[in-house]
Amino acid sequence: MSDATLLPAIATAAGLAAALGALLGVAAARLRPDPQSLVERIDALLPQTQCAQCRYPGCRPYAEAIARGDADIDCCPPGGDATVRALAELLGREPRPVDPRYGRTQARRVALIDEDRCIGCALCLPACPVDAIVGAPRLMHTVIAGHCTGCELCLPPCPVDCIALVAPADGSSTAPAAAEAA
Amino acid sequence: MNRPALRGGLRLESHKLRPLQRPVLSVPSPRTAVLALDQGSGADAAPVVGPGQAVRVGSLIAAQRGAAAGLHSPVSGTVRCIASRPTVRGIGPCIVIDSDGRDEREPTSVPLDWRSLSGDALLERLAAAGIAGLGGAAFPTAAKLGLARSAGVNLLLLNGAECEPWICCDDALMREHAADVVLGAQVMLSACGADRGAIAVEDDKPQAVAALAAALAAAADVRLSVISLPAVFPLGAEGPLVTAVTGREVPHDGLPPQVGVVCQNVGTAASVARLVRDGLPVVSRIVTVTGSGVRNPANVEVRLGTPVAELIAACGGTTGDDRRLIAGGSLTGRALDDDAAPVTKGLNCVLVATPGDLPPRGTEMPCIRCGDCAVVCPAGLLPQQLHRATQSDDVEGLSHFGLGACIECGCCDYVCPSAIALTARFRVARERLRLHEAERERATQAKSRYERHRRRLDEQAEAERRAFDEARRRARGDGSAGH
Repeated sequence: MSDATLLPAIATAAGLAAALGALLGVAAARLRPDPQSLVERIDALLPQTQCAQCRYPGCRPYAEAIARGDADIDCCPPGGDATVRALAELLGREPRPVDPRYGRTQARRVALIDEDRCIGCALCLPACPVDAIVGAPRLMHTVIAGHCTGCELCLPPCPVDCIALVAPADGSSTAPAAAEAA
Repeated sequence: MNRPALRGGLRLESHKLRPLQRPVLSVPSPRTAVLALDQGSGADAAPVVGPGQAVRVGSLIAAQRGAAAGLHSPVSGTVRCIASRPTVRGIGPCIVIDSDGRDEREPTSVPLDWRSLSGDALLERLAAAGIAGLGGAAFPTAAKLGLARSAGVNLLLLNGAECEPWICCDDALMREHAADVVLGAQVMLSACGADRGAIAVEDDKPQAVAALAAALAAAADVRLSVISLPAVFPLGAEGPLVTAVTGREVPHDGLPPQVGVVCQNVGTAASVARLVRDGLPVVSRIVTVTGSGVRNPANVEVRLGTPVAELIAACGGTTGDDRRLIAGGSLTGRALDDDAAPVTKGLNCVLVATPGDLPPRGTEMPCIRCGDCAVVCPAGLLPQQLHRATQSDDVEGLSHFGLGACIECGCCDYVCPSAIALTARFRVARERLRLHEAERERATQAKSRYERHRRRLDEQAEAERRAFDEARRRARGDGSAGH
């Protein structure tokens, strides 16, 4: 076999490789996966308690961290195993139980201020990530139970420890922990 | 008439003969009436009385709220308390009234001149009288007819199908009070604006059909007719009934008014008749007390709030010990834990079942995907797929396979060779789906509140920084000016 007969084949292969490579290059540049939309999709699966148990300041930052690859998917105790499963499916990973280092999955609870002990210091107001506490300096505070996500972030700032977490009065605490037992 | 047959369904052995041998029995009014705030619709009415308050027969004790119709006292006496008591739907809030035994009626309860009233005025009266679906759903009739009126329905369909094999309270009612059913139908026609009314009865009730025909002849109302349907379970369910009569299918996420029909139970029609004739709100109903576990099965006319135990006692008490109490029929009923549970508007039957009535189901085996359940499903669903979705907690699968369209008739349970309690699973799954959706809704709200919170904090920080910069610049400016 002479080199002459081999040349067209090599040329064709090289040409194809170059053309396809260029095409892939263009596609990668043009059809870049939108990191923003991935964050949105991850965020939509998170429970939005904004509790920061994942060590990120809220659900959205955690979603961004997952999208960047900085955080694992098993750091969300309020979402529980169901959230890990949903995240695993979205990201094509293996589901696993929630890492207990981040906290324990439990039924939804809401904050309740013991109004006799509240001194009206207003320290809990900025701590609440969803603005569910109503109050003003030197006036009694109260929690809007329907808006409270049970994130517990109002507990540390309270100087008189007058906030407790209780089962919500509307009976909506059955999800997710009780539902998982059903 | 060329009627399309019911899709799926079961032909079941009927057990209605024994209670129907006797006329409807009157049970004495209870010494203590317990009125559940949830009369069967799943929502609680709003109490308007307090402990110690005197009430008479027909006094409003709880006002309409959402899907719960208004509730009236069935006895005269004193309100003892509002407390949690066992009900046919588990422990729930009840108004307890001690009867004085005098049965004094509310003086405002006077007959209604319905022919002179407009549709809207009639609806108002029906709502004020607490008229609710006596077929079991106990949904406020005025709301249902009002919806039908605004949708412009042309057919009022009175449901006397009563397909459950043990229940026969509607059969007894149609036999004995056919004229009431017809009068109620006439009033409802005026209230909902339909131009035609049909009373649908299964063909295993020839006496009821004859009684209705006679009453129709007496009323001489050309708008009304009686339709005889084959006795197939669950033809008495709203969707299948509409399809069987009109040939039109109710959308799975819609209501009968969308296909020009509104359904009402025949018992509801009779309660409407009682309202226009005597001015009485709903304070009593007919209940079938049956099963091999009760000595003399019968249909009983009973005040709301009477404990189930008194109904059973009026029917001669129970036989033997090995029996189960079921509120409702053998297929769609729910187990009753306590015979102190009181009669509600939605309670049509108390089944005192012996093991012979309800053969043991056997141990549950894995699904073998035989597809028998899909054949009998009157809603046209694939119960085996839904079952798989419930097992894997697959919320999307549950919606995809149409859990919302399940009418919980129990046909799939009945035929399942692996004895899987499918309907019970679907009930649980439906509740979970509802909770899941509520959770998502809450999450969406929390998210938007969090975003606003962040934005506000950012803006505050930005404003503070700017104020600080401004102050510093001014301080420097002052300083340079001082030099």
